Amino acid sequence: MSPELAPDLPGDDQLLSGWGGTASTRARVITPLDENDVGRLLDVAPPRGVIARGLGRAYGDAAQNAGGMVLDATALTGIKTIDLERGVVTVGAGTSIDSLMRWLIPRGWFVPVTPGTRYVTVGGAIASDIHGKNHHAEGTFGSHVHSFTLRTGGGDTLTVTPNDTPDIFWATAGGMGLTGVIIDATFDLIPIETSLILVDEERCRDLDDMMSRMSEGDDRYRYSVAWIDYSVRSSLGRGVLGRGDHAPLDALPKAARANPRRFAPKPHAVTPDLMPSGLVNDTTVRAFNELWFRKTRKHHHGLQSLGLFFHPLDLIDGWNRAYGPRGFVQYQLVVPFGAEDTVRFALELLNTERMPSFLNVLKRFGAQNAGMLSFPTPGWTLTVDIPVGNPELPRVLDRLDDAVLEAGGRVYLAKDARTRPEHLPLMYPRLPQWREIRAKLDPDHVITSDLSRRLGLDEPLPEAS
Amino acid sequence: MNDALGGANSVLVLGGGSEIALATVRRLINGRCRKVVLAGRDPEALARPAKELEAAGATDVNVVAFDGLDYASHDGFVKQVFDDHGDFDIVLLAFGVLGDQELAEENGAEARRIIESNFTGAVSVLVPVVAALSGQGYGTVVVLSSVAGERARKSNFVYGSSKAGLDAFCQGLGDSLVGSGVRIVIVRPGFVHTKMTEGLEPAPLATDPDSVAEAIVDGLGKGSETIWAPAPLRYVMSVLRHIPRPVFRRLPL
Repeated sequence: MSPELAPDLPGDDQLLSGWGGTASTRARVITPLDENDVGRLLDVAPPRGVIARGLGRAYGDAAQNAGGMVLDATALTGIKTIDLERGVVTVGAGTSIDSLMRWLIPRGWFVPVTPGTRYVTVGGAIASDIHGKNHHAEGTFGSHVHSFTLRTGGGDTLTVTPNDTPDIFWATAGGMGLTGVIIDATFDLIPIETSLILVDEERCRDLDDMMSRMSEGDDRYRYSVAWIDYSVRSSLGRGVLGRGDHAPLDALPKAARANPRRFAPKPHAVTPDLMPSGLVNDTTVRAFNELWFRKTRKHHHGLQSLGLFFHPLDLIDGWNRAYGPRGFVQYQLVVPFGAEDTVRFALELLNTERMPSFLNVLKRFGAQNAGMLSFPTPGWTLTVDIPVGNPELPRVLDRLDDAVLEAGGRVYLAKDARTRPEHLPLMYPRLPQWREIRAKLDPDHVITSDLSRRLGLDEPLPEAS
Repeated sequence: MNDALGGANSVLVLGGGSEIALATVRRLINGRCRKVVLAGRDPEALARPAKELEAAGATDVNVVAFDGLDYASHDGFVKQVFDDHGDFDIVLLAFGVLGDQELAEENGAEARRIIESNFTGAVSVLVPVVAALSGQGYGTVVVLSSVAGERARKSNFVYGSSKAGLDAFCQGLGDSLVGSGVRIVIVRPGFVHTKMTEGLEPAPLATDPDSVAEAIVDGLGKGSETIWAPAPLRYVMSVLRHIPRPVFRRLPL
């Protein structure tokens, strides 16, 4: 009953969704083979436009484009040049952090920022201006980028740097792929002696305890993140604080020093293709969180593998499918320091409304960069994963948005799948400047996405009366 | 665009005067919906509901003329409304008539009017609507069917058979659209207190337009394919469906 979307273009029609598995739409998916091919395909863009997609780890609708074209960037991959003395690399935008880690760790280099999964591309890392456990110390991925090549919707191929073209650079870092297609990028690496992390783990009894330990001690660590639990009202926000840095060679036992940068992670388990809805519910979450809280020692200092420290969820291939066919929403907020009560309110609300979530993440962000739509601002960021299905969920998340906005905070566009369009300019006050730059780069609106259409990123939607 | 939780920015209502449809649109406006097009045979009569929807928070409300029985106009109508107003996240098919069962049993024209409004007209416009949504790569068609289509009863089998036809068409259509981004959601309300049923004896589990609307909006959030309103009707109808005909025809239904 459905004719093909663009039968004269190569590729095929696919139903795409984000990692949350919600609001899927159909697009013509085409894999450009090189930089020139990106240009060729943008030149024949269908009326509903084009967006680039990496490994599909954005949770919402950032890398989908209903009825239009989606460029699968995963053939734009590989190291183009590398300076192993200074630690500077140029890679194709479709190169994954996973590949980079496999290639570079044995040579003594590490990516400057890694998110909670290795399966993101460098292009996606720039477009979402991703952060990791070292944000409080070292900022976002974009802050470590020297330059990138951008093919704009207007037909230009630009070399973009933070010094010469700061407007385009900071409209693109965090710009959700809407300023053009990133072809390659050059960025700094960090030197490491081993592929292990020296970790301090502490069990914290509630949110106050957690926040005070984080505020007090984060500065002593390069990496810091807390896993917290809100399923138990009496100890809301209890959890495990994990902080550390790359282990120096002399921290390894003698036997391990022969091959200190071994890195060959494999998934431990695969989620079955068909999972029922409702496995993630109040009861399973309580039981899981209780076990996970108990298994952690009160204090622990030791070595941990990079994979376990940075990417525990990557150990289970396709973990997102555990939420069943309706999928889930990942909600990530940031509120300024001083708005600790908003974080508490969020946990209380989710607890009261019985909106279960495994392994919620709390982190302190450091300084903000110049990214116009870049998410991190100094303050507390909280992330929760909630299964779709509870009819109260839209209203509960709207209430959270209101509280976040009131505290001067915002939600993360790379995770968003449901926020109110009216809130966008309030959460991202540099939006008008971003729109202006975007319009110059792409006057005919060739680049677009479902996220852009839903929130009116590109052009404001009609205002609510 | 549809959001992750069934929220929608835009809705096109075919049969804009339907009380169930308007109650549904009001609930959608409480969420994210800002753009509404009401299509109906008598645009003047839709001016008032359009005003009310604006007052409720919609910012882009329009009324267009649409006649479910004018089959020849349907392709052009759909093209025009998508050209003029852009994407629609939801198309709500809500037009239809209850008709006069007793008259229809004697008068072929009345029987035909019921079938043509509820089935032929609906199918005729659904085909181009689905093509338009398929071209935009996503969209949800919400079709008002009825429990009356689940099993024909001697007291209203003309209406019932028209809804049975529509329901069956939409089930097959929905299955054919898997992978296209377009979803068909079938709504099967029981007896609903509206102007269409005014003066009729209410059936057990009778409900009202707002409750049906609530069930629809909740169902959209959950990704339901079939929505019963009220929900227990699903089980009632599953029993009624299996009663042998000699017994069923003696029931006072």
